[in-house]
Amino acid sequence: MLDKTGVPTPDQVLSRFPAEKDLLRPKAILECYEDIPCNPCSTNCPFQAIVIGEDINAQPRLIVERCTGCGLCVAVCPGLAIMTAALKNDRAVFQIPYELLPLPQTGEEWVGLDREGRPLGPARIEKVVRKADRTNVVTVSLEARHLYAFATVRCPR
Amino acid sequence: MIEKELVIVGAGPAGLCAARIAAEAGCRVLLIDRSPLLGGQLIKQTHKFFGSEQQRAKTRGFRIAEALVADLKPFGDTVEIWQEATVVGAYPDSVLTVWTNGEYRKIHFQSLILAVGAGERSLAFENNDLPGVYGAGAVQTLMNVYGVLPGKEVVMIGSGNIGLIVCYQLIQAGAVVKALVEAAPKIGGYKVHASKLRRLGVPILTRTTVVRALGDSAVKGVVLSGLDENWNPIPGTESEIACDAVCVAVGLSPLYQLAWMLGAEIPYVGELGGMVPLLDENRQTTVSGVFAAGDASGVEEASSAMVGGRLAGLHAARFLGHLHPDHTAIDTECRAQLSSLRGGPFGAKIRAGLKKAEVKVHAR
Ligand SMILES: Cc1cc2nc3c(=O)[nH]c(=O)nc-3n(C[C@H](O)[C@H](O)[C@H](O)COP(=O)(O)OP(=O)(O)OC[C@H]3O[C@@H](n4cnc5c(N)ncnc54)[C@H](O)[C@@H]3O)c2cc1C
Ligand code: SF4
Ligand code: SF4
Repeated sequence: MLDKTGVPTPDQVLSRFPAEKDLLRPKAILECYEDIPCNPCSTNCPFQAIVIGEDINAQPRLIVERCTGCGLCVAVCPGLAIMTAALKNDRAVFQIPYELLPLPQTGEEWVGLDREGRPLGPARIEKVVRKADRTNVVTVSLEARHLYAFATVRCPR
Repeated sequence: MIEKELVIVGAGPAGLCAARIAAEAGCRVLLIDRSPLLGGQLIKQTHKFFGSEQQRAKTRGFRIAEALVADLKPFGDTVEIWQEATVVGAYPDSVLTVWTNGEYRKIHFQSLILAVGAGERSLAFENNDLPGVYGAGAVQTLMNVYGVLPGKEVVMIGSGNIGLIVCYQLIQAGAVVKALVEAAPKIGGYKVHASKLRRLGVPILTRTTVVRALGDSAVKGVVLSGLDENWNPIPGTESEIACDAVCVAVGLSPLYQLAWMLGAEIPYVGELGGMVPLLDENRQTTVSGVFAAGDASGVEEASSAMVGGRLAGLHAARFLGHLHPDHTAIDTECRAQLSSLRGGPFGAKIRAGLKKAEVKVHAR
């Protein structure tokens, strides 16, 4: 499916999520499902929580206990393939990379999209961190039921 | 006749890296590029690159170009650079003809590195000469170098990394990508790039091709058709999409012409993109003293072009009698980086191609 459509299967997506009990603190979700020659996520994680190993083509693997959810890898990944996810009461909270204009503003309500670009529901912009290299990191929250479906946000205007 | 020790044609990542290492080894270098900007393909790459830190991964392409140019600054005395200078002729008696500033100049070289990159392939379909049908390189140059949006609604042909990346850059620039069309049954490039487009709502149509562009004086749309297992259009599957630009990204072929003029052996190696000079393990062609690196010797990536450029620079320097103080260490390191970059499934094609394009013993 991924090969033909660019959309991972629900099983592939689930395989990258830690157990929900571990999501009380944010954890990195590494949506990198293919062996490609790339490793900055691993070399840049300050907590050595992402393992690729000797072969730069191997897929990254998260050591859940080590990940602090700092979000550094979100901004670093050239494939924009990493977000962090957390569960906070009845909300799913994500940090996502965002490289389009306009940039969301804290407090705004945007549209949450799934992996095929279909609208899921309102997404609250919690925080926007502008990065010098222009891959901004946006913290956004949706209803918790969208935990495994959410991929990005779209400007409501 | 101008006498030069080492001439490098092409100031993309391969040529810039070759120049630096050769200068370190003590060569006097002339670097020639036809473009007004140094960096080759990199100057129009606004996305972050893959690879490892050693090849400046996670840095945007145009920033890599700036860094490679800055790396040459300390060698201002020994590296001379001609910009807006096109090498139009190459002769077996080690002579190049360069067109620059409205005149032809003749250069005699002792050693030469060809780092001229690759050219875009085109695609035959009805009305492909209508204004609004672009190659991906033109779209990127207009958009990312000159700030001109080539169209508001675009259909992309080709799902290799270039097609995928240029779609994303079009969206960043404010265009709508109506569809990405791919004749093969699978997406050609990295899936992370494809997923990035899908979550922004771009349809990816595999086993589909463009039959014709619509419009009289400019593109108004395209007609697509589904393809069967034998790549033939399936009758009754034609569909129309309205758009004002069609972008063709169906691959690159190495620019082999200068090597050919010099008399180098140039087999056809499909896996490397087309005609490529036969190289020994030190990147020397079958013409003594003439080396090749980067996309000119097989279409790959900037990461491998940089490392290949370093290798070519190192060995051209040795050929000229300038042994780099760290020759062996750099040589070993470059080879290790190349085999690591080419180690995965995406490198399989390159590995197969290189076997065909490498000569073990220097032929002439
Ligand atoms: C859209 C796109 C995205 C890409 N993304 C990535 C990526 O993410 N990661 C990655 O590693 N690679 C990427 N690449 C590939 C990478 O850009 C190329 O592989 C790399 O630039 C090749 O380097 P090179 O030095 O061999 O050639 P080039 O960069 O093509 O440079 C060749 C130079 O030679 C000059 N030249 C040619 N002929 C002559 C002549 N006769 N006289 C004088 N000068 C001449 C040209 O003007 C040019 O400056 C991408 C390419 C494209 C198009
Ligand atoms: S979120 Fe921070 S700690 Fe977790 S993997 Fe990414 S960089 Fe490492
Ligand atoms: S940086 Fe991103 S694309 Fe590269 S290996 Fe890590 S997750 Fe995959």
